[in-house]
Amino acid sequence: MRDVAVIGVGLTKFGELWDKSFRQLIAEAGSKAILDAKIEGKDIDAMYVGSMSSGRFVDQEHIGALVAEVSGFSSLHIPATRVEGACASGGLAVREGYLSVASGMNDVVVVGGVEKMNDVGGGEATEILATASDQEWEAFFGVTFPGIYAMIATRHMYEFGTTKEELAQVAVKNHANGALNPYAQYQSPISLESVLKATTVAYPLGLMDCSPVSDGAASIVLCAADKVKKYTDKPVKIIASGQASDTLALHGRRDICTLDATVYAAKMAYKQAGISAKDIDFAEVHDCFTIAEICAIEDLGFVEKGKGGQAIANHITTLDGQIPVNTSGGLKAKGHPVGATGVAQIVELTLQLRGEAGKRQVKDAKRGLAHNVGGSGATCVIHILEAM
Amino acid sequence: MKEGVARFWREIPQRYNFMGNQCGACDRVFFPPRESCPHCRRKSIGVMKEVKLSGKGEVVTYTIIHVGPEDFEDQTPYPIAIIRLEEGPQVTGQIVDTPLEDVKIGMKVEGTFRKIQQDGHTGAIYYGYKFKRRR
Amino acid sequence: MEQIGIVSYGAHIPRYRIKAEVIAAVWGKDGDAISRGLGIFEKSVPSSDQDTATISVESARAALKRCTLNPAEIGAIYVGSESHPYAVKPTGTIVGEAIGATPNLMVADYEFACKAGTAAIQTCVAFVKANMINYGLAIGADTSQAAPGDALEYSASAGGAGFIIGRTNVIATINDTLSYTTDTPDFWRRAEMKYPSHGGRFTGEPAYFKHITNCAMNLMQKIGTQPKDYTYAVFHQPNGKFPVNVAKKLGFTLDQVKQGLLVPYIGNTYSGASMIGLASVLDIAKPGDRIFVTSYGSGAGSDAFDITVTDEITRLSRNAAPTIAEMVADKEYIDYGTYAKMTNLLFWE
Repeated sequence: MRDVAVIGVGLTKFGELWDKSFRQLIAEAGSKAILDAKIEGKDIDAMYVGSMSSGRFVDQEHIGALVAEVSGFSSLHIPATRVEGACASGGLAVREGYLSVASGMNDVVVVGGVEKMNDVGGGEATEILATASDQEWEAFFGVTFPGIYAMIATRHMYEFGTTKEELAQVAVKNHANGALNPYAQYQSPISLESVLKATTVAYPLGLMDCSPVSDGAASIVLCAADKVKKYTDKPVKIIASGQASDTLALHGRRDICTLDATVYAAKMAYKQAGISAKDIDFAEVHDCFTIAEICAIEDLGFVEKGKGGQAIANHITTLDGQIPVNTSGGLKAKGHPVGATGVAQIVELTLQLRGEAGKRQVKDAKRGLAHNVGGSGATCVIHILEAM
Repeated sequence: MKEGVARFWREIPQRYNFMGNQCGACDRVFFPPRESCPHCRRKSIGVMKEVKLSGKGEVVTYTIIHVGPEDFEDQTPYPIAIIRLEEGPQVTGQIVDTPLEDVKIGMKVEGTFRKIQQDGHTGAIYYGYKFKRRR
Repeated sequence: MEQIGIVSYGAHIPRYRIKAEVIAAVWGKDGDAISRGLGIFEKSVPSSDQDTATISVESARAALKRCTLNPAEIGAIYVGSESHPYAVKPTGTIVGEAIGATPNLMVADYEFACKAGTAAIQTCVAFVKANMINYGLAIGADTSQAAPGDALEYSASAGGAGFIIGRTNVIATINDTLSYTTDTPDFWRRAEMKYPSHGGRFTGEPAYFKHITNCAMNLMQKIGTQPKDYTYAVFHQPNGKFPVNVAKKLGFTLDQVKQGLLVPYIGNTYSGASMIGLASVLDIAKPGDRIFVTSYGSGAGSDAFDITVTDEITRLSRNAAPTIAEMVADKEYIDYGTYAKMTNLLFWE
């Protein structure tokens, strides 16, 4: 196994992008990453693209080949593969690309993630997102995706005394960060009251506890670490890749308030890198709902189980805190075009580690962690990046 | 009408009567039934036996759905809970006939037979379990 | 001679209620006058996830809870309703599957307006008598609906009851039964229509009263009984006045009719009506009590039954399932908007 580095990144703005089609989004992100990496088409050994449900959102499967085509590479006949793991599709595509380079099979790989969620109506989008849950035994009986995370929140509040205010603080923090990110869907800060007063979607979660429906794409270029000098002088090394699975339905889990998939993926990653949670400087975690961030920072080992709700008040995960979480604005404020998210997290880590994060730059950022989850925790994929 | 019926017909014994199964090696009960026991794995192949669960259980966690899927929109707001059945397995189900403010973690429930969904006005009706407070 | 009759019984009445005065207010009518005129104060409303199949299943399960019968021994299920969920695909098979009586089972659905359930009882009695089955299950259930603003809106409600018929451990023998049937178009619903139509005052004398009176008199004449021989009498109850009037006409007293009269508080449960009335009597009946039941279904016909309660009733676990009185009392009031939503009054596609 050899070392792998990120040599280029690119992403579209995230949001309701009526003018941009699925194909245009991935083409834009891909070309930005390729130009950033200063590679040419002939350098690319393979492409991996993550998308949760292109089939239901835009009626299009077979997008591995499609992505190669819109990138202009059909005549080069590059191997192109679509990877799916619900909301972890992007992160899984990153891992597949990473493994193919680490194994020695490929030297340069382009990884993309894309989702076009606004070409269907809102009700349809909700139904499609529910396919990340257990269709036969959860969704069928009337629970929605927010409803599943809401049940985690109810139990977390019951066991640890977490409050609605603490949930709301996650949204406020992430919007404040997003306001500093030109690519984020939401560009202004929000108040705690607006979060608490928002319409209830699934008690105790309100509209502002939920990440939005978004269009967007992100892309990165991976290269064998011993070959990066050819392309860039700002490479960022992937020092670990971890992945784990768990039961599809929340009701099948060992503990409602713990995403074991996060715990095991993190274990795998920390072991590979030879580090522990305290060695991480900042992280992009999967805050599809505010409660998800609270559980994530506990399950990743940044704080003790049950103490996740207090991390913001105690300045642990704020931008100026010990371990800033979701400097990009997270899924909540940056947006969550499902398949793109996992790749966009790597983009953010890379920009931070290169010192190119502008107003949201984390000081002395040396090691960052990306945490991408599928469904309510049936899949988790984690990458740790380090400045080279 | 857009759905194939076999997928939902197949699970009638589970949805109507809580038919699960039990591992012949370790006696753990599963619902819905499994091809093999995740604890005993290959030792359980061929020794899983059918078992009917009572439908009685207790609320482990819950939410109140205000924005529901299309087929449930006329029932909002409604409680959905994860229920630990007396035999051990946990299920996700809607709570009915109970005022919202009375739904609590620890509440004892029992199964009841209701319409779950239908495939539009022309398609099949799918019946199954919901839960109500146990007397 | 072998005693054939009821082995167990169960019922279900949905919890929601809407008051007659609340409906009247929507249409600008005098709710008080309407309630007093009809003898109906409130009616049961099914939630949108309840229908004749779910009510039938709950009734059947309640009957099974009270006795120790293995449901696999039930040889036939007949479900009578005017609101079967499907026009084609029987409710009976859903019930059969839900109680574990399939696959060795005879099933069909019945329709005869409000007397489809009692017709099912007659069928099960005949099959048991003919030794074709050991046990049969007869259910009458409805989630009847009425057009908004129509007079029927005050009475059309939801509920049902099921009776297990057999010849072993019989709690109430069905000594005899007969029917009185003519082609009388007093109330009907055409196949493609959502709501029924009726002949107004024609539904009284030439329909309800003629059939119940003749049927009841014919049975009593056949078996040589008189109204005073009975502890209880149950009549079909489309409103609170008709059953009291017909009882009086036949010579029954208000005291005999009271226990089986539920319409003032749950409305007219159509195929469930006489059945729920009988279930209510069985909830409190004692060995030796004699019950006279006459149902009525528009179109038109009546089924009459002469029933005697046996000692076996003391061995039935009547408290293992909710009694009619408990279900009538377990209620939650809703407003007209919620009622419209639950009964699907508002739809445009």
